[in-house]
Amino acid sequence: MSEAPQTEPRTDAAPRGASDPPVPPAGRAHATARPMRPSMALLRKDLLLERRTPEAVPAMLLFSVTTFVLFHFGLGRDEVSGQLAAGVLMVTLLFAAILGINRLFVSEQEEGGFDGVLLAPIDRTALFVAKAAALFLFLTLVEVVTVSAFAILLLGPSPWPALPGLAVVLALLNLALAVVGTLVSALAIRTRARDLIVPIVALPMLVPALIAAARAAAPLLAARGAGALPTKWLAVLALYDLVFGLLAYAVFDFLLED
Amino acid sequence: MDAPAAIELRGVARRYGERHALFDVSVEVPTGQTLVVFGPNGAGKSTLLRVLATLLRPHGGEARVLGEPLPEREWAVRGRVGLLAHESLLYRDLSARENLRFHARLHRVGEARVEELLERMRLAGRADDPVRTLSRGLLQRVAVCRAVLHDPPLLLLDEPRANLDPAAAELIEPLIGRASGRTRVVTSHDPAGGLAEADLALGLRDGRVALSAPAGEVDAAAVEELYR
Amino acid sequence: MYGKGLRALSLATFAALTATFALVFFYAPLDADQGFIQKIFYVHVPVAIVTLCAYVVGAIFAALHLRTRDRRWDLRSYVVIHIALIFNIIGLLTGAIWAKASWGHWWVWDSPTLTSFLIVFLLFATYQPLRFSIEDPERQARYASVFAVMAGAFVPLNFIAVRAATATVHPRTFGSADGGLPAQMAWVFVVALVATVLLFALLCAYEIAAKQTKWQLRALRRRLLGGEAVAPLGRSAAPALGGPDGGGVSAGGGGSAPRAARNPAGAAS
Repeated sequence: MSEAPQTEPRTDAAPRGASDPPVPPAGRAHATARPMRPSMALLRKDLLLERRTPEAVPAMLLFSVTTFVLFHFGLGRDEVSGQLAAGVLMVTLLFAAILGINRLFVSEQEEGGFDGVLLAPIDRTALFVAKAAALFLFLTLVEVVTVSAFAILLLGPSPWPALPGLAVVLALLNLALAVVGTLVSALAIRTRARDLIVPIVALPMLVPALIAAARAAAPLLAARGAGALPTKWLAVLALYDLVFGLLAYAVFDFLLED
Repeated sequence: MDAPAAIELRGVARRYGERHALFDVSVEVPTGQTLVVFGPNGAGKSTLLRVLATLLRPHGGEARVLGEPLPEREWAVRGRVGLLAHESLLYRDLSARENLRFHARLHRVGEARVEELLERMRLAGRADDPVRTLSRGLLQRVAVCRAVLHDPPLLLLDEPRANLDPAAAELIEPLIGRASGRTRVVTSHDPAGGLAEADLALGLRDGRVALSAPAGEVDAAAVEELYR
Repeated sequence: MYGKGLRALSLATFAALTATFALVFFYAPLDADQGFIQKIFYVHVPVAIVTLCAYVVGAIFAALHLRTRDRRWDLRSYVVIHIALIFNIIGLLTGAIWAKASWGHWWVWDSPTLTSFLIVFLLFATYQPLRFSIEDPERQARYASVFAVMAGAFVPLNFIAVRAATATVHPRTFGSADGGLPAQMAWVFVVALVATVLLFALLCAYEIAAKQTKWQLRALRRRLLGGEAVAPLGRSAAPALGGPDGGGVSAGGGGSAPRAARNPAGAAS
């Protein structure tokens, strides 16, 4: 991809108004030491927005805990372990992620926001990286609370031995959710039925990731005590992340051009 | 040797399905001059501005902005164009200062410039309030700051004085008016006022050029014809 | 002219299908375990293979559309995916019939092929609603192509994941314990596969020719009667090939003015 050009000083000779103070040439930063990378600037903006008016993270949290209650009653079980536990946890996280994915580009869409980013001399893929990173961070935050809630409400065996392995699985799953979620969100945001499109497209597309995550987590949550982390399933999840990560990075630009 | 024109359009077209939003639009704007675009709603004024801003790609004809052909070198034009549109392009929950700093980072402009513009637009007092609490006039002033933040040689202004009281209009004049010395394309619904600040006049109707002449050769009546 | 070679393709398909039916009913041996119903395998498996390959082909066409911005690739991608979806449904139905006859259940999760087939269907079934929800035809084509590329990459990944997750009960069509299909069955299978591929290609060719003709007709009407006299299009999921200047899709170039002088009576097929 081409490097964004530095802004050049204006070449026209037209005199400025006499009353204007001289304007420092743009592009030479004064107070900031080094120009910030565009994806970092975008990410910071999104984190600032979410911290200022939290919407996505609290909603995902509440949704997850409510879903655990639903599962308790729906399954008629006081506690779950093994594959069942892994399935309940992963499916809940998946559905909660859909809420976050739906909201991901909303702040851009309002007030013609996309234009602000599209006018900047930046590589547009920076928007993809920033949004995926934001979603990843939100999901991580949600999972810290959700896994704790799960351990308290529904999980039979003790969660502590499972935690390191679970952290690895969830990190890989979050990567999958972030990559696919960002792409589907961008796909849906400019359509008419955006909050319908996201679940019906994203959920099937995430099935391989769900399978791998649930199968990987199952031995960790076994009733007899945490077993070993199955590397086969981590490999499948990593493969999914790699393929979709590269693909999404390659095609994202096409969604933004007009 | 003449400097290349800031804008050169020849037969530019932009489709929307089976309709033409713009068709066979040709105009040349020398550097430093002001083009005022007239026309009824739906004539294609905003589309034209968006094509010049590289937000929309031309579907036909040749387009050159600041010497760069579009759409092949649209990335070279970004960052040298300032757009003031109907939407403010600001995030409503962030403050004016945060919004401008964000745009400054994207355009690789220092924070000192942000402070300077806030000062000039007399926004320093409200700079830390969320943008959604600002009146439309104040919002427009912040939007003007955003548009000129990176000191662009080309300004694209979609009815810039809407929502502004005379005092505010005076404030923004040195930044986006004739005195700023930048090449400008301005859309206007006001024949007399528009012609007064124009070097060139362009009238659009249904996406096609109905009027194109230096401002001195056009009178307000000809512009009003467009609206009939 | 559109529909070049359609006649030849139709004849070849008809011949292949006839040969297949004859072979399946009169030549292929009866399976010892499953009996007559096993013959549905000659429909189900070729259909499944063609469907999955077709989705990948659709993804390739979509990638070509993104690369070249030629809307005809989008039309090809759309038609291939669209017909593959129909084949997908047929595959699921025949799979269910076979499952019921063989194991007594309308659905079995034990077959990774069938399961991933269902998931792939659920994904590609969203292709048309997605297209329909975007009104601007150019953006619709572009977004649909992005989706198709992602979904095409999904097909193999999905299969890997499901296969790894499932204990297999689905009869392996190739490489079973006694060394594979008996030679007679293998031959019939190959013929059935060829016939299915031809049928798929034929349906695609017909639909593409029909759409291109329709767009050309519309372009001509707009030229003759004037743009306003022809009723505007409603919203549609199908690719729009016509442009505003009456540029229909001529066989030679996309989007250029149609060569109206072409003699319609000269069309052979």
